[in-house]
Amino acid sequence: MDFRYFFSDDTKSQIRRIPVVERLLAGVFIVLAAGFAYLQLVESPRYLDLAERNRVRLIPLVAPRGRILDREGRVIVDNRSAYSVALMRENVKNLDLSIDAIAAGLGLDRAAILDRITKFKHTPSFQPIIIKEDAGGADVAFVEAHRLEYPELEIMLLPRRNYPVNGMAAHLLGYVGDVTPEMLGSKEYANLQAGDVVGKSGVEFTYNDLLTGKDGYKRVIVNSRGREMGKLEQVDPVSGRQLKLTVDLDLQRVAEESMTDRSGAVVVLNPQTGEVLALLSHPAFDPNEFAGHMGAAQWQAIQNDPNRPLLNRAIQARFSPGSVFKIIMATAGMEAGTVTPSTSYHCAGTIMLYGNLFHCHGGHGHGTVGLHQAIVNSCNIFFYNVGKTLGIDRISYYAHKLGLGDKTGIDLPNEDPGLIPSPEWKRKVRYQPWYLGETISVSIGQGAVGVTPLQLVRSLGGIAIGGIFRQPHLVDGQQNEGITTPNSNPVDEKFDLRPTTVDEITRGMWGVVNEGGTGTRARLPDVQVCGKTGTVQVVGSGAKVKQTAGSEFGNHGWFVAFAPREHPEIAVAVIVEHGGFGGDISAPIVHEILKTYFEKKHIKPSPHVPLQLTAMPKELAVSHPGSKRVVN
Amino acid sequence: MAKRGSISDFDWWLLLAVLALAGIGLIEIYSSTIHTKYAGLHMRQFYWVLLGLGLMWIAVLIDYHYIIEHVPLLYLFGVLLLVLVMVMGQSNLGSKRWLGYGAYSIQPSEVFKLILVLTLARYFSERRNRELGWLDLFQVGILVIIPFALILAQPDLGTALTFFPILAAGLWLAGIRWKMVVTLGLAVLLVLPLGWFVLKPYQRDRLMTFAHSDADPLGRGYQIAQSKIAVGSGGLLGKGFLNGSQNRLGYVPHRHTDFIFSVVAEEQGFLGVIVVLSLFAFVIFRSIQHARTARDRYGVFIVMGVVALFAFHVIVNVGVIIGFMPVTGIPLPLVSSGGSAILTTFLALGLVLNVRMRRYVN
Repeated sequence: MDFRYFFSDDTKSQIRRIPVVERLLAGVFIVLAAGFAYLQLVESPRYLDLAERNRVRLIPLVAPRGRILDREGRVIVDNRSAYSVALMRENVKNLDLSIDAIAAGLGLDRAAILDRITKFKHTPSFQPIIIKEDAGGADVAFVEAHRLEYPELEIMLLPRRNYPVNGMAAHLLGYVGDVTPEMLGSKEYANLQAGDVVGKSGVEFTYNDLLTGKDGYKRVIVNSRGREMGKLEQVDPVSGRQLKLTVDLDLQRVAEESMTDRSGAVVVLNPQTGEVLALLSHPAFDPNEFAGHMGAAQWQAIQNDPNRPLLNRAIQARFSPGSVFKIIMATAGMEAGTVTPSTSYHCAGTIMLYGNLFHCHGGHGHGTVGLHQAIVNSCNIFFYNVGKTLGIDRISYYAHKLGLGDKTGIDLPNEDPGLIPSPEWKRKVRYQPWYLGETISVSIGQGAVGVTPLQLVRSLGGIAIGGIFRQPHLVDGQQNEGITTPNSNPVDEKFDLRPTTVDEITRGMWGVVNEGGTGTRARLPDVQVCGKTGTVQVVGSGAKVKQTAGSEFGNHGWFVAFAPREHPEIAVAVIVEHGGFGGDISAPIVHEILKTYFEKKHIKPSPHVPLQLTAMPKELAVSHPGSKRVVN
Repeated sequence: MAKRGSISDFDWWLLLAVLALAGIGLIEIYSSTIHTKYAGLHMRQFYWVLLGLGLMWIAVLIDYHYIIEHVPLLYLFGVLLLVLVMVMGQSNLGSKRWLGYGAYSIQPSEVFKLILVLTLARYFSERRNRELGWLDLFQVGILVIIPFALILAQPDLGTALTFFPILAAGLWLAGIRWKMVVTLGLAVLLVLPLGWFVLKPYQRDRLMTFAHSDADPLGRGYQIAQSKIAVGSGGLLGKGFLNGSQNRLGYVPHRHTDFIFSVVAEEQGFLGVIVVLSLFAFVIFRSIQHARTARDRYGVFIVMGVVALFAFHVIVNVGVIIGFMPVTGIPLPLVSSGGSAILTTFLALGLVLNVRMRRYVN
């Protein structure tokens, strides 16, 4: 075999070709070294920053909002911890590949996930995007089991708003939601960032600053799978302020229960202070649903619901006051001097005024009626004459002075001012002259007159205490130490009424309930209840449709009351939409509320409030003179 | 004519550089695995290095002419192993590369790199003094394509690719003419698009990722992006031993195997990089010197084959770390964790030392 080596001894031709190899290799090594020099010397700061961003993660610690309590300190709204599934954009490997599996695993809609990602497009990518709230055990298990496949998913324990069930007090409490891009642009939300939760309506909105806590954060070292390996720094979150409302949960509950399956509103006030004791609007919504990220479809459905559950009928809906307005007319007439306790008109069931035939209810008429009987029996003809004598300008003047046609200033957003028509208003808004016949309609609370239930109860309650119209409020400084609320200095309106006026009006309203008038059903055995019914005919598109209770065009039934007759401390307005006559449908609800209020006060004080035995006879003494007067 | 060689002709400097690199490897493996489930791997690597030194010693002692003589047998044996892998190899991550059981398995494709070096050395050395012709190319082509296809089928593109530098070095030293280089180049260009269809989806992914590595840093470019962050954040002096956050917190994938150089770069900085690259350059250029002094063409081709193989590994691995090349799955010789690779490298360098010990001395 040796012969082979003979031919292979000469290596010259190979050696000649080695330098090319050497130069090639040397060149490549220099290029590589240059590559490292560029990355490690020139670009080093940039990569150090990237490495730091890999390593350190800022984890927001969300502060819980302050709790909301009722006047006795009972919790209405609090927070609960709930698991949320968050998408960490920094950890996304390939969302196109994983999104379907994630959507299926969490029971979400692919489009909804993408929608949320788009919504947070402009936020820093280290900020988690919550894609599922109130995650259940199965969701948590899914995320934990797929840590490797979907490192972009993270479980976060976040505080969530916990509202009463069944939409109780939904409109007064309001709801919270994500801060919108428009809000972020505005000054008052300047220190918020996308993903933060803010109050969107109700008390949650008005007192958002107080209720909002201060979020904390922690800076942690995380490994490539996002697991915490150590903590660098932690700033604890500070919970929001606790807010005590003037609302009495017991009254609110009774009101809610009596309004079950009914549409309308209830407002309960203390006319002496302006404290709102209960306020509700039906149909309601469930604020718990808003606490999460409501899907577009669900939001649309609520927005477009013909029953308008989001509308707070107590302060945002403009209703015709109907016969309740007669109290305003009577007060105005007596203050203007056009009506006296001895004024009487003849009611024949109909009357011709300014060329139009106006009706009373009941067909044959009330005969000759004085002021007291006119209120008790709600005689239209009497008040047509009052209105005719007063004229629209004076009606409008007194109505405004008595608290109608302007916002009450309650600490809830988007209050409606209502409307008290005047010739000037008609010229400006409708470009038409005022017809005298309209004055007649206005006299019984029809025509263009529009009021909110809150306005009406404040007005009648204010008249009952001599013409002081307290600014209604849900939160006051006395109950919330150290908090300066918008109502710490309430803007009360005073329009001193003559004692005889107050006396006569109160006596009339007492008669409505206690002398076989239209509001008999609101009567209480121990307390002198005063009230006034109202029934508003609902007119369908152009034509008067058969008015049946419960139907779409059924009458709205009003009942506005206060008690006790002397020194009233509670005023209630109830309107039931399409419910029928106010005396039939609304007076019993007022009855329930007043019964609860006075039972609680005299017989069953709240367990944790010590029995005030000395207070009892005093309260009873207040109601006695009233009952004596009835005998007179 | 077989030479015994003498210990005085042994290249101790080369061995020292090799041991330095292996030592750095142990340290970096320790740093990159100590807080992972692979903790303790540096000790396994240490035993592999010891075993490698033993094999190297044997490779030095046996006269390379004796080995060259048995090339046909080695070649057949190697192909047989590759076929066995196809039939009864262990599967791991979708490819069959190992023979044996668990920790006691070998990678025949690793061994075949050396067999190919020897096969081509013998083929090119024994050609008569005539120009390299198309017939030679065809014959060599057959010798290369058989194991190449078997390894590609495992699939193990990275290892299969290492055949090209060995072949290229052989062809170049055998005196291939420029005309042929150009013709071959054109032919490869024509065939390359076909190769795309042979590639597995993950291999296509890697190539695509390389083409747009910055487009999708959180997706498939993740490995390269994180590796570059590790390298760049290391700066001039590095973050210190055990202190690289990219390493410790697991941002760099495969960091004790294919990406171990990023750990060096992050923890030891540019200076560490230069030290390691210099050691590699020393091994390569010193080996090339041994090719110059080789007693015969066998020696030249063996040494240059090993140099081509070794340099290819270093260049491609380091190139991947800084994003110059697509991810190929090629380890860094002597440094990366892995038994088969360590043994192959020590055996290959043993061949270089073998040739050097039996060099032509005036």
